[in-house]
Amino acid sequence: MTTALRCEKLVKKYGNVTAVDGLDLEIERGECFGLLGPNGAGKTTTVEIFEGLNDPTSGTVEVLGLQWSKNEPALRERIGLSLQETNFPERLKVNEVLRLFRSFFKSGRTVDDVLDLVSLREKQDTWTENLSGGQKQRLAVAVGLVGDPELLFLDEPTTGLDPQSRRQLWDIITGFRAAQRTVLLTTHYMDEAERLCNRVAVVDKGKIIALGSPRELIESLGGPEIVEVQTTQPVHDLPPLPGVHSSKPVAGGYLFTVEQLHVALPEILRVLSPLGIENLVTRRATLEDVFVHLTGRKLRE
Amino acid sequence: MSSLNAHPFVELTLSRMRLFFREPGAVFWTFGFPLILTVALGIAFRNRPPGPSAIAVVDESLRTALSNNPAIALRVLDEPLARLALRTAKVDLVVLPGPPIAYLYDSTRPESRLARALAELALHPSGPPATVDKPVTEPGSRYIDFLIPGLIGVNLMTAGMWGIGYVLVEIRVKKLLKRMIATPMSRAQFLLSFVVMRSFFLLIELPVLLGFAYFAFHVSVAGSLALFTAVALLGCLTFAGLGLLMASRAQNQHTVNGLINLAQFPMFVASGVFFSNSRFPEVVQPWLRLLPLTALNDALRAILIDGAGPRAIAAPVGILAGYALLSFAVALRIFRWR
Repeated sequence: MTTALRCEKLVKKYGNVTAVDGLDLEIERGECFGLLGPNGAGKTTTVEIFEGLNDPTSGTVEVLGLQWSKNEPALRERIGLSLQETNFPERLKVNEVLRLFRSFFKSGRTVDDVLDLVSLREKQDTWTENLSGGQKQRLAVAVGLVGDPELLFLDEPTTGLDPQSRRQLWDIITGFRAAQRTVLLTTHYMDEAERLCNRVAVVDKGKIIALGSPRELIESLGGPEIVEVQTTQPVHDLPPLPGVHSSKPVAGGYLFTVEQLHVALPEILRVLSPLGIENLVTRRATLEDVFVHLTGRKLRE
Repeated sequence: MSSLNAHPFVELTLSRMRLFFREPGAVFWTFGFPLILTVALGIAFRNRPPGPSAIAVVDESLRTALSNNPAIALRVLDEPLARLALRTAKVDLVVLPGPPIAYLYDSTRPESRLARALAELALHPSGPPATVDKPVTEPGSRYIDFLIPGLIGVNLMTAGMWGIGYVLVEIRVKKLLKRMIATPMSRAQFLLSFVVMRSFFLLIELPVLLGFAYFAFHVSVAGSLALFTAVALLGCLTFAGLGLLMASRAQNQHTVNGLINLAQFPMFVASGVFFSNSRFPEVVQPWLRLLPLTALNDALRAILIDGAGPRAIAAPVGILAGYALLSFAVALRIFRWR
């Protein structure tokens, strides 16, 4: 059996609001799978259904070949997770929190082992209220790891962290995956997904709008380069330009997906110069552009 | 040491203890405050003889007869001044010369009635037969004897309901509860750790309070100390259950605050903590006896003051046990875990 998680026609409604709108997903063992999307896309609701902390309105979920309704105790032993927001008791020490959570599992890692894994050894006697944001987040991940899970869920593990803390968490996740374990993470950082995940699903309004490896998704744009131009006067009609795969109007200007920058750039300048170019940026295409291309919106709006 | 995997129930209980003792405020309200309250009330209501009765006369004619009694503080005033002194409670009684001799006093004031009796005695010394006064200061009949069990009861109520109800909701609001039930943790053990913590603290509090009451006020338990402790433990369990019930659905601290205050207020007033609930009208008394704190106070007092045995306190103990069972049963059924 190689499937870590499977869901079919997953729906979750809160009154009139549909948070998850018919999701189908299959995640293999050993994958690091990313759920990407803006705030309110239904990522957390979806993950909490996977974690057995929320019930779907309809649809089926199978985790490690088991169902929450029938096998909750067994499943709890085998998964680990960090919620989007957890406040550990302020006046417990780091190692006390870990020992407490470790005691809930029949088998797992030692507290010392996990402390080393998340580089919190020297903070083990510190009250959690005195930890920095990055250290708290690492503690949350450490708590997810004490049971030595086969499948790890991380809900926005790096939101609000400084670059160094983010990199530390990335290393922890990469290390976990190296042991052929499965990770499902949600994020709205595209660089995080590109770096960590072998496959991602782009979620918007409770639906999957794109699925594949980060590379496949970026290639689906048709070109590896992006040119963003802002003009003084509005652009009305653009002729097809050589070297340009597609173009899309965005606020105050245009966004071009470009196959060959050296061919396309002179053409773009020629056409848009009469309208007054205020700003021009070129960069490699990212998953962010995939999202913009699919929805016409930016991720963090 | 940290590589050893401890039992989850032990870890849960240890965590509760650590969190409690690392919160100085909680330690004060549980252990310090009841002691301070006992001292303050013990001093305020200490037994002392009433002061002499203030009586005014308007001329010298009655002076000699009245000034013989040391329990009378006599003043000689003009009649208007004497009436003013009476109105403003500077004196308890004004005696006007007769014939016939007239007493001016407010008959609803106990002090005035006492002063009138003293004056009557002084003016007609041959009246009543000779008697001997025997002041009553036996342990068991003083206010402090009444107060101590009430304070223990009210302490059990507040510590149980706040210590469990409020703390549980706090854990829920912080999403810590959700995080914990996402592990294989036993929910029963989680809740039980709170009850065990409360019982443990009770076993510290009780000797401290009783010991203090004994040494400071010579209050001692007339009945069995074991029975007293057992009833206190049952009360602790009852209010743990009620705290759990208050916390079972509340989604934020404001809600549980309100619920706990709502539940506690009638008991503060009517469960005979500071004064006997016999002061309330007859018709409501059976209902007051059904309040859990009334039952607890009645049982504790019966043991401490009257030396009651198990049979004598069966009714209040039954009421307490009923509340404990019912509140735990309902709370566990409706508890919001997610």
